[in-house]
Amino acid sequence: MSSRTQSSSQAGRPGFVWAAPAIVFFGLFALLPMVAVVYLSFTSYTGIADPVWIGAENWRHLASDPFVGNSLRLSASLTALSWLVQTAITLPLGIYLAGKGRTRSLLAAVFFLPLLMSGAAIALLWSTLFDPNFGLASIVGPLVGVDDGNFIGSPTFAFYCVLLVISWQFIPFHTLLYQGATRAIPISLYEAATIDGAGRFKQFTSITVPQLRDTIITSGVLMIAGSLTYFEIILILTGGGPGTATRILPLHMYITGFKSFDMGYASVLAVLLLTIGTSLSLFITKVTGYRKMASQKEGL
Amino acid sequence: MFRSMKVHRIAVAGLVALAVAGVSACGSSAPEESGGTGGGSGAELQLWTLQNEGINGVQQEAVDRFNKTGEAKITLSTYVNDPYKAKLQTAIGSVNAPDIFYNWGGGNLKGYVDGGQVADLTEALDGAPDVKAKFIPSVLDVGTIDGKVYGIPMQSVQPVSFFYNKDVFKAAGINEFPTTWSDFLKMVDELKAAGVQPIALAGSQGWTELMYLEYFLDRVGGPEKFQAIIKNEKGAWADPAVVESMGMVQDLVDRGAFGTNYAAVNYDNTGSQALLTSGKAAMELMGSWEVTSLNDTFPDFLAAGSLGWADFPAVEGGAGDPANIVGNPSNFFSVSSRSSDVKAATDFLLQEMVSDEYVDGMISVGQVPAITGLETKVKVGDFADFNAYVYALVLNSPNFTQSWDQALPAALSQTMLTNIQQVFNKQMTPQQFADAMDAAA
Repeated sequence: MSSRTQSSSQAGRPGFVWAAPAIVFFGLFALLPMVAVVYLSFTSYTGIADPVWIGAENWRHLASDPFVGNSLRLSASLTALSWLVQTAITLPLGIYLAGKGRTRSLLAAVFFLPLLMSGAAIALLWSTLFDPNFGLASIVGPLVGVDDGNFIGSPTFAFYCVLLVISWQFIPFHTLLYQGATRAIPISLYEAATIDGAGRFKQFTSITVPQLRDTIITSGVLMIAGSLTYFEIILILTGGGPGTATRILPLHMYITGFKSFDMGYASVLAVLLLTIGTSLSLFITKVTGYRKMASQKEGL
Repeated sequence: MFRSMKVHRIAVAGLVALAVAGVSACGSSAPEESGGTGGGSGAELQLWTLQNEGINGVQQEAVDRFNKTGEAKITLSTYVNDPYKAKLQTAIGSVNAPDIFYNWGGGNLKGYVDGGQVADLTEALDGAPDVKAKFIPSVLDVGTIDGKVYGIPMQSVQPVSFFYNKDVFKAAGINEFPTTWSDFLKMVDELKAAGVQPIALAGSQGWTELMYLEYFLDRVGGPEKFQAIIKNEKGAWADPAVVESMGMVQDLVDRGAFGTNYAAVNYDNTGSQALLTSGKAAMELMGSWEVTSLNDTFPDFLAAGSLGWADFPAVEGGAGDPANIVGNPSNFFSVSSRSSDVKAATDFLLQEMVSDEYVDGMISVGQVPAITGLETKVKVGDFADFNAYVYALVLNSPNFTQSWDQALPAALSQTMLTNIQQVFNKQMTPQQFADAMDAAA
């Protein structure tokens, strides 16, 4: 029934013209700047005088930049850990909140609060909490063996503080994704499984998780791409410090471009970031077979 | 869902790139052809300055007075600090460039001068010797690049001093703030013995730590050492005085002068000020804005009269004059060389920046202008004593070294701040710092 309606509307499917505004927009605000940034990466440019073509010098500087290796390593760790931590928390949380009941609705409302706050507000809030003398850190620190509450200022812990704050900000969004997706799983699957004698854990591994496959990939790509381009909270919270302990690649690019005013080399870093981000998301979609867009509801 | 998100992600990446490209568009568009057509034309001029309620009011009055003369019509635009730097950087070579712009002097101004964007005011200033004599020389120096004046001081002087909690000093049995470094170190040990953290340091921000290095190098080696660094002389960073100064920094760290968790303390969320005012720490090294800032966040502390201030101590055997100071000598107004009426813009600065109305207005909003002969005038308002102290400090200083992060080129300054943090956090030795900076310069 529904498939017939779909095929009859096939005749009136929008043509190229319908896509034109989007393509123009994409070309103007995405493709053109990308080309420009590649050009700028071969120039010396401070923002005052015109860009001067200097060939591959900026690219050679990449090899001698003392910060870039560390930045790449930090970005890789942040991306991997963000994905791991956030998925491990949001998947069960989303499934739990998908159930019915007053407690769950109330909890859901509380959990989603961080989603309403801007990144800058979150960073300022946490920077006060992390104050080692008057903030939450001064209370929590002694309980976990850090007597002076020095979390955000420690080269070892600062990175995990940043990870914590970023996760805190994005967990609500991904929980929302999982909650919605879980609610879309047909109840009949669980009923059939119950009749077949499957327990709750078996139902979770054989029905819920496979049914959430596309959502896991979607949320994973968002987390990974997000972590790669993420920087505002780190900029405000630590500025990349102490030393270079939290200077991830996007932040390194920002500091190079807008604090050091070395737009040429910042463009090199932008191209690097663009390449890594694009290849990573292509790789994920390819490996997971997400592109085939196969329905998971065949036979229902 | 996925598709729209992917487009979104690319759009975000694109926007980042666009920001860079947009800058390029500004830079490459040809500037309007315009020469200094002389006064009397009634040209429309743009003046850009930083947002500050009190100061902007005084500036607007100065603009209004000047506009009445009919020589030109100036319009005042205000911006917040961080975006302003980026905006000025992108606008200055373009048709959107302001005619008169706020800047920090030193290396910041030199960047624009080297780009040929700033009008030389030397001749105009020499033509008005009575105006020139009104500026405190050590401050005017910072607006002077290679012997030519490009910036006119327009705001308060901001030297760096020690601020201390009198109650804590009293409780620890210390009656006077020490004037020599060895006495200072003795005091640090006494304060520690009394159970307080001797110095509050907002070490999560490199610029607060930089202040120690600035003073140490000036006291140990004299201002010439930093002048050599500014001039990019070979081996200036590797100078033994730099290593010795950083050694003094590490000595303080090892003595526990800053406690242990300073790297997590932030100035912007009043973390270090809370240490000082609560008595958990005894003092803080900071710019003169500390007093108004403390008054905003901890008014009771000031009302109780618990705040003391003192000069940075002399270092025995050092080459520098103990009366030398570091900090922000002032901020400056400069005239864009592409302004449609350079003469009118210059006339405005020479008439108004030293006018009694402007100077009195500045003092009334708590600023101490870089103008000579104000000894009695600055003794007004809530902070009369402090203003008088600051004014005398600047007037009597043979040399006023500008904050290094503003005096040095932006890229080098960023590297320096990162490396200083690493010395304070003991991830780098003084010698490694000198070598790393020598390689970066």
